[in-house]
Amino acid sequence: MQFTGADIIVKSLNEEGVEYVFGYPGGAALHIYDAFHRQDDVEHILVRHEQGATHAADGYARATGKPGVVLVTSGPGVTNAITGIATAYMDSIPMVVISGQVMKPLIGYDAFQEIDAVGISRPCVKHNFLIQNVEDIAVTIKKAFHLACSGRPGPVLVDVPKDITAQLADFIYPETLSMRSYQPVEPAKSSDVLTAVEAMLNAKKPIVYTGGGVVLAHAQQELRDMVQKLGFPCTNTLMGLGAYPHDDPLFVGMLGMHGTYEANMAMHEADLIIALGARFDDRITGSLDNFAPHAKILHVDIDPSVIDKNIKADIAIVADVKEVLTSFNKELARRSDDINSELTKQWWQQINDWRGLDSLWYHEDSDVIKPQAVVQALHKVTGGQAYVTSDVGQHQMYAAQFYGFSDTHRWINSGGLGTMGFGLPAAMGVKFAHRDADVACVTGEGSIQMCIQELATCKQYDLPVKIINLNNRYLGMVRQWQEFSYEKRYSNSYMDSLPDFVALAEAYGHVGMIIDKPSDVEGALKEAFAMKDRLVFMDFITDQEENVYPMIEAGKGHHEMRLRPGSKA
Amino acid sequence: MRHIISILLENESGALSRVSGLFSARGYNIESLTVAPTNDPTLSRMTIVTVGDDRKIDQIEKQLNKLVDVAALHDITIGGHLEREVMLAKVEVVDDQIADLERVVEAFNGELITVAKTTFIVQMSGSSEKIDELLRSLSQTTITEVARSGVIGLSSGTDALTVS
Repeated sequence: MQFTGADIIVKSLNEEGVEYVFGYPGGAALHIYDAFHRQDDVEHILVRHEQGATHAADGYARATGKPGVVLVTSGPGVTNAITGIATAYMDSIPMVVISGQVMKPLIGYDAFQEIDAVGISRPCVKHNFLIQNVEDIAVTIKKAFHLACSGRPGPVLVDVPKDITAQLADFIYPETLSMRSYQPVEPAKSSDVLTAVEAMLNAKKPIVYTGGGVVLAHAQQELRDMVQKLGFPCTNTLMGLGAYPHDDPLFVGMLGMHGTYEANMAMHEADLIIALGARFDDRITGSLDNFAPHAKILHVDIDPSVIDKNIKADIAIVADVKEVLTSFNKELARRSDDINSELTKQWWQQINDWRGLDSLWYHEDSDVIKPQAVVQALHKVTGGQAYVTSDVGQHQMYAAQFYGFSDTHRWINSGGLGTMGFGLPAAMGVKFAHRDADVACVTGEGSIQMCIQELATCKQYDLPVKIINLNNRYLGMVRQWQEFSYEKRYSNSYMDSLPDFVALAEAYGHVGMIIDKPSDVEGALKEAFAMKDRLVFMDFITDQEENVYPMIEAGKGHHEMRLRPGSKA
Repeated sequence: MRHIISILLENESGALSRVSGLFSARGYNIESLTVAPTNDPTLSRMTIVTVGDDRKIDQIEKQLNKLVDVAALHDITIGGHLEREVMLAKVEVVDDQIADLERVVEAFNGELITVAKTTFIVQMSGSSEKIDELLRSLSQTTITEVARSGVIGLSSGTDALTVS
């Protein structure tokens, strides 16, 4: 029996176990939408803007580890999706994007809604395809999922001309694939594992620094085993939060531009940095010239291109971090008698001195709501178990610093690309994956307006996300940089006209709340989270000129952090 | 340092733009780039001449290897290698320069193709330096256009760049 190309697309998605496709229809995708109408195996979720579709698929992927799937039409459908594709690319999130294309004979003739989707997406996808024949659809989709999910994950785009979605072919979904030019993972060399463990056993000032790779590899248990066996301090990047429990004494907090004093100083003074699934990006290292001057670098990553890219590794292991950690743990078990906690005793004293400065301290206030206090109350009310998405800016840093994560896949933010507008649609994706879990979107009045149209999607699909709007009437992070580096010239960082967010939420059919007294914060959060089946938009009117501390300013090293005025440091 | 990187590339549409796009996106230099099918119709061979310190070349090779269409890669300047470039140059001469031109071209093992009475195409293959030298030797002549193929090369050992 033969099927149309459109049916083959949907059947292929079903073969891949896809539950949800986030998308928006348009001319070039209409045969595919018709195919969705003919079946009920794969559910299509209608968003309100293609950027929302990509972020929703991304949030779903981050919360589950499964690939997120997007369907858009040609032209503006694709261009609107690009921001979300790039967001997923920078954070190595598995995603498959199917885009409609104009009919094959029209390609290259500037047809209505034509854009070179393969060309425009090329710099921000792991790979992409333009399907030329209906017979190629199934195998191409199989390849797309394989590429998106294996090795270092990433988004893959499949562009399908409209006429091909109408043509007929047999449907045979390939069981296996052979791609001679793509062999993404090789096992670690056992000699490297021995060298690495030897370095660990001899370290006097070690630090374990882990990134998004540990989350993507589901390697948190192996990481915890290793850190606990060694008794080493552990820090997580913004992308890696949750891999190590926030309240464990071995955890020294997040590192980097807004990381804790103890994490950054430990990186600076370390004699051994054990980097796991992390890529030494500029927000982590600060100035490269000042970076960790005394440290030997042990770098484990699945992507060979991140080794020696920013920081030269002394010991490099290119392999799946979960397998490498398993090998480390085996070797450490064999050599457990050689683990000498005396070696790191002084180091821990030093770290605890740094920790004693309490670099995340802020002035509590009884008149004005402090954004940090809202995040701490959110932790309390949700028992630290919520899925927390964020947008980009100060609120993102407050959420990262103060929520306190105990598990991976709970903290969902755009770390690499820094995409405002990510939080709400990402929260939708999370909610589809975890219907009964608390899902909070910590955002600001700037970011939330970038994808606010998705409130309508939340209504259509009954997605009771809780929106925590930290409203300081400024583009807070921009204002902070302008305060520090531009003598308080607040150029275009203030929005003169903000909507009445309560009325706006209600207009979309949701519940709106405005909270402007510190004493009301916790009660309001409890009330909102008690409304299990309603989206609640909580507009917290917060301290207008609060800053995120500590901060490593551009061009500075880890040892040159700017600490909060009036703090113990 | 100058490096010649040979790549076997899946013969897919768009593969070339993935490579050239990578170079422009990441700010790497390309001195020359050539690409043509091989004896295996599913593979193209690309030769890229680029310049950079060891760290940059290491990154270039890793980023190239990450491209899904790149099936094999070798920096042939690492060991002994043979490199060749083909040049065609159109020259205009006056009658009494013809003998000189013939002599120069012969000295470089080149070939002279007559286009018109005083117009010739000089053809030569060899290393890029030799071609540069020939062009310098023709400096007294009016060169109206030059076409160079860019470098191709093979390692001179018994090993071969193949796809496993």
